[in-house]
Amino acid sequence: MNFETVIGLEVHVELKTNTKIFSPAPSHFGAEPNTNIHATDLAYPGVLPVLNKSVVDFGMKAAMALNCQIADVMHFDRKHYYYPDNPKAYQISQEDRPIGEHGWVEIEVDGKKKKIGITRIHLEEDAGKLTHTDKGYSLVDLNRQGTPLIEIVSEPDISSAEEAYAYLEKLKAIIEYTGVSDVRMEEGSLRCDANISIRPRGQKEFGTKTELKNLNSFNYVRRGIIDEVKRQEDVLLAGGVIQQETRRYNEATGKTDLMRIKGGVADYRFISDPDLPEIHIDEDWKARIRAEIPELPDARKERYIKDLGLPAYDAMVLTLTKAMSDFFEATVSAGADAKLASNWLMGEVSAYMNAEQKELGETALTPEGLTSMIKLIQDGTISSKIAKKVFKELIENGGNAEEIVKAKGLVQISDEGALRTMVTEVLEANPQSIVDFKEGKGRALGFLVGQVMKVSKGQANPQLVNKILAEEIAKH
Amino acid sequence: MSKVTKEELLSVAELAMLELTDEEVEMYAQDLSAFMAYADKLNELNTDGVEPMTHALQQVNVMREDVVADVLDREEMLKGAKEHQDGEIKVPTILSE
Repeated sequence: MNFETVIGLEVHVELKTNTKIFSPAPSHFGAEPNTNIHATDLAYPGVLPVLNKSVVDFGMKAAMALNCQIADVMHFDRKHYYYPDNPKAYQISQEDRPIGEHGWVEIEVDGKKKKIGITRIHLEEDAGKLTHTDKGYSLVDLNRQGTPLIEIVSEPDISSAEEAYAYLEKLKAIIEYTGVSDVRMEEGSLRCDANISIRPRGQKEFGTKTELKNLNSFNYVRRGIIDEVKRQEDVLLAGGVIQQETRRYNEATGKTDLMRIKGGVADYRFISDPDLPEIHIDEDWKARIRAEIPELPDARKERYIKDLGLPAYDAMVLTLTKAMSDFFEATVSAGADAKLASNWLMGEVSAYMNAEQKELGETALTPEGLTSMIKLIQDGTISSKIAKKVFKELIENGGNAEEIVKAKGLVQISDEGALRTMVTEVLEANPQSIVDFKEGKGRALGFLVGQVMKVSKGQANPQLVNKILAEEIAKH
Repeated sequence: MSKVTKEELLSVAELAMLELTDEEVEMYAQDLSAFMAYADKLNELNTDGVEPMTHALQQVNVMREDVVADVLDREEMLKGAKEHQDGEIKVPTILSE
């Protein structure tokens, strides 16, 4: 039987405001346990939540960048549940009137473009962190309690693991460009759950869906979905039925494991939160936020192709993160050739970042430094071989290529007289190679060029060496 | 007229994590039935075209600036916890998510 996959993603993104959504305690990752706490976060008697204005600004910015319609009037609701990660015994969220609805992002998989709908984006608070011990107790750190989140719920428009990956990558890039979140999966500032079902191709009704959790990296999202789709196919082909259940991706086995079977709809007893009055968002407020949205990745990509003449692939890779894209633009502004800048950023720079596990901003390389090196290559001052040495210095210790070349004596030797002296020396020392070359052994020439490069400590201009070698051999 | 059954009352009690005696179940079922009867009375009103009211107060856009204030001292705060360890609050393990 031929199946079709239906996937919807729920993505939580932490907003990087200074303080929490409903209390003035600091909101940031990595603090000592229980040090970023306000009485409101502990639900002490008599406390009142007060909404952080920046959370509305940030949430609206993200929702606009994701093409959502912004609510004119919104409010907050209480979602009740008992668990030690939340002392109030309810999470404040938006059930009835979220900040944004009816958005979309465009993805591209195998050269095919597709719009993925966004049902809604709502504001809510995060819960604290529990660490379970094997001794029957758990430790509670409430720093994260009250951290502002947006939840982005997609339409069930995603039909493969690759599309899910592309959607998530696009979502991450757009939100990163707006600057409202770090969107780092490894720090939990971007989290993803997947609702997955399959149905025989052509069938109208959806199959029973399972919810997949613990997808802690982009690759786990892809692998988790692939495995869960396969599992559902196996169950159906064996004549079984899919149960509505929550499963978690097991990083060790690459399989999905059952967490719990969902018995009916959970009763969260939603009520509108009487502590938090309605928020009215007028056109001025919307216009102010809209004006703050910077150029987004797709627009940049188009510009790189149209105005800078970059291949589509380069434009796509360079715009995946704002850091890389900003660096590229600064390099081009400093006067570097766009394609050469792109080659270095996608090649040597990315290879270095991967090998050292560093972000671009954590290296010593500056756009001016990269530009200075590219210019020296273009005007023939240094060969591409020497450029690699200069590059290593630039990315590890920073500075300017001209100074490095001067300090280390790396300037390319293009003086014909000096080169001719070297060539003559090499030819005198290797008479057999001249004979070999004349007998048609092409390898001999390569050997001689290598010898000249060696004598020049790698600084000879290779084109000139070739030319002079040919001239001198002809004299023998 | 709505009547809250014993089963309905017990399921609501469970959601609220309340343990009730038989007498209490009897008592609350009666009280809640009276509430429901009142709600039935309200339901008699024609509310066509009336926007739902979510808040009793007319205030809107009550917000604060994004500035840190009034952070609790951890040692003071932990005095309110029954047990704690290494700056974290100790609770019995309940496995859910």
